[in-house]
Amino acid sequence: MNATFKDSIAEPSRRAFIKGGVAGGFLLAFHVPVFGGINEPNQPADDTNGKFAPNAFIRIDKAGKTTLVMPQVEMGQGVYTSVAMILAEELDADYSQVTLEHAPPNDKAYGNPTFGIQVTGNSNSIRAFWKPLRTAGASARAMLIQAAAKQWKVDPSGCAASDGKVTHGASNRTLSYAALADAASKETPPKDPPLKDPKQFKLIGKPQKRFDTPSKVDGSAVYGIDAMLPGMKFATIMASPVFGGKVSKVDDTAAKQIPGMQLVIALDDMVAVIGDHFWAAKSGLDALKITWDHGPNATVSNDAIWKHLRDESAKDGVIAKSVGDVKKAFESGEKFHAVYELPFLAHATMEPMNCTVQLKPDGGCEIWLGTQVISRVQQTVAKLLGVSDDKVIVHNHLIGGGFGRRLEPDMALKAVRVAQRLNGEPVKVVWSREEDMRQDVYRPVYRDEISATVSDGKIAGWRYKISGSSVIARWLPPAFQKGIDIDSIDCAVDQPYDFPNLEVQYMRVEPPAVPTGFWRGVGPNNNVFAIECFIDEVAKKLNKDPIAFRKSMLDKGPRFKAVLDLVAQKSAWGQPLGKRVGRGVCLQPAFGSFIATVIEAEVDEQGEVLLRKVNCAVDAGIVVNPDTVVAQLQGGIIFGLTAALYGEVTIDGGRVQQSNFHNYRMLRIDQIPSIDVHIVHSGEAPGGIGETGATAGPPALRNAIFAATGIPLRRLPIDLDVLAGRKQPWV
Amino acid sequence: MSQRQLKINGEDKTVDVPDNMPLLWVLRDVLGMTGTKYGCGIAQCGACTVHLDGRAIRSCQMPVSAVGSRAITTIEGIGKTPTGARIQKAWLDEEVVQCGYCQSGQIMSASALLATTPKPDDADINAAMAGNICRCGTYVRIRAAIKRAAEGEQPT
Repeated sequence: MNATFKDSIAEPSRRAFIKGGVAGGFLLAFHVPVFGGINEPNQPADDTNGKFAPNAFIRIDKAGKTTLVMPQVEMGQGVYTSVAMILAEELDADYSQVTLEHAPPNDKAYGNPTFGIQVTGNSNSIRAFWKPLRTAGASARAMLIQAAAKQWKVDPSGCAASDGKVTHGASNRTLSYAALADAASKETPPKDPPLKDPKQFKLIGKPQKRFDTPSKVDGSAVYGIDAMLPGMKFATIMASPVFGGKVSKVDDTAAKQIPGMQLVIALDDMVAVIGDHFWAAKSGLDALKITWDHGPNATVSNDAIWKHLRDESAKDGVIAKSVGDVKKAFESGEKFHAVYELPFLAHATMEPMNCTVQLKPDGGCEIWLGTQVISRVQQTVAKLLGVSDDKVIVHNHLIGGGFGRRLEPDMALKAVRVAQRLNGEPVKVVWSREEDMRQDVYRPVYRDEISATVSDGKIAGWRYKISGSSVIARWLPPAFQKGIDIDSIDCAVDQPYDFPNLEVQYMRVEPPAVPTGFWRGVGPNNNVFAIECFIDEVAKKLNKDPIAFRKSMLDKGPRFKAVLDLVAQKSAWGQPLGKRVGRGVCLQPAFGSFIATVIEAEVDEQGEVLLRKVNCAVDAGIVVNPDTVVAQLQGGIIFGLTAALYGEVTIDGGRVQQSNFHNYRMLRIDQIPSIDVHIVHSGEAPGGIGETGATAGPPALRNAIFAATGIPLRRLPIDLDVLAGRKQPWV
Repeated sequence: MSQRQLKINGEDKTVDVPDNMPLLWVLRDVLGMTGTKYGCGIAQCGACTVHLDGRAIRSCQMPVSAVGSRAITTIEGIGKTPTGARIQKAWLDEEVVQCGYCQSGQIMSASALLATTPKPDDADINAAMAGNICRCGTYVRIRAAIKRAAEGEQPT
């Protein structure tokens, strides 16, 4: 589909390039990304003469090469293809000829409009960039038309653009964008370029093949962990397994016997081993006898963390939303109350944390990694080195799983600290899986408490209190206002149902010792889980069908009703099922999309959960690449179900007890049912999709288990002993 | 440390590495063949899967000294085999891939399956592929792609 793209990966392999003896990281980096090169956005290396670069996203050169610069990073969510489709749509580019590039760090040019900095997260790439990208494309198109009209001395309104050409219909003349590049670069960008009527879309809404897939099926895709530099050393690290601990003593006697082990570096809080290759470094690390000074966290345990959370959550929180008169509402009606608790989770991206660094004589450095926050990596490393930001060159890569883990710059900072102990040689620091799992920023433990009062068969009063860590307060301090974490309460304040009297409270409780971070699905995961489980418990007590009960409280939510109706139909909702088989529903508003999911599951006598079928109906507004929406929901649901069934990081002696996939389990192919995703066509503004499946899976499965067994699970992960009757349910 | 000959994707390579060094790191860090991925180092995830004489093995657990004269095939070379090429095409047609990091291993496991079991049923697919973790959850499409590759080109 994309000749230019094919050409770019058909170039000599990176290894041949290294063997050719070309020195210098920047040149090498030209071969690191799959899309042909990281350069300054408006400085194409191949042809600087007569290029048309009307904005940070688009470059067209005289040879007709159209380069689209990606402000958001590709971590599997298909965003490179969607962004290219939006730009090419309004630009009327020849889509088959476009080439994509990773954006360099530059908040001004590529900052996410939602955050003001370069961030790929919160399922908002399309939501935040929909208008800016369309405008960028339309502006460039208008300038190309203007240039052609001048050349022909005709009115621009008689000219039209398509497939990389401008045509004047009346005189039947055509000029390619390549031929117009020089002249268009002299045009002034129009102030408010007209955007296309969605009815005119040629690309948007039509399934397009992803740009990144070909290189990912033949091994040529380059992730951060694949960066290779001439003369590069390999390193692996171990930070204090007890959070906050320090290195006390390192005995490297045995490590010195490891062939290829070069150097042991003891830093304040971690030890690095340098080797000829990762294997030598890892074997060297394993052979070290490290004595740690565990510090004050050495006694922190899981029990203590939960006791702290429960004790703190009993205190008054901050009112985040108040509607009607909750106090009065609770004076009458039938009362309901439940508490839900969610565990720490690790990200476990398939590509372990890694970063390659070369320090420069000017005090700066060059960095290769895959990151969701390229400008933050640049800025935090510059601060560490005491240089200006421009002295830190960051090359972004395809990401082997982000899920929020790569919203942190820690892997870059650690790698730079290792590089500072070398003599200027480039070093690739790769974490072992064990290190990756034990030095994560964990999805926080949450405690969600809901009370409701029911009158006339409907919820008349609703009190919901969320207690947990505020990731926002650490990660984006200006967004943490008045003691309220807007992420943790996202779908508590923006929930689907017509509750006439509602109060949402937030209580910030930081767990002792354990660092917390964003995790795919973020705040809505805890909100939607608690709300949807609670609604099912109320429905059952009232002897109402879970979907009918939800619909009775959705008079103001036609889009919610529509996805519920669709998923009910597709899942054969209400049709009889066998013994210990149930269907569970989840309705969610998160990330600007309207999603209803039904999972059918069976629970055997041993408590084993068998996933039988998943149906999901989604109204995500205007959809750019429909197949991406389907893929993200299929995968996201599995991501969420993995957590529901197995996900739990536990702490003992101040350290994480899990280490690898044998004790932090993943769902595997033999457990996966059919997952059918049904898109509701809509002309509304685009919604987010990358995180939504992770949110949808757990409550739908939990409610299916509730329907199958009558057991209202209120903690995750799902406890098989409870389902088998060997243990009482936690309440 | 000893010099040894390896036959990789039909080419002879000479490496000088410790005997107990896993093939994964010889491929990645010594030969620069980075298509084969490191995921867990304990044969739990399958990201490092390569073929020895056509059989799928986890290269993170295969000491280089145990390879012997067996032919090594990696993701960089699998497209030259008929089943590998069919699998890769099916992966494209089904648009299987998301982040892609595990997919080298998935494709190596799937092509080994197809070479011995031209028409795998669901149980065959489960048995051959359950050792390969995909964190993005592309399993539904992996199954569909294997079936598509097994059936040849499907009418669209």
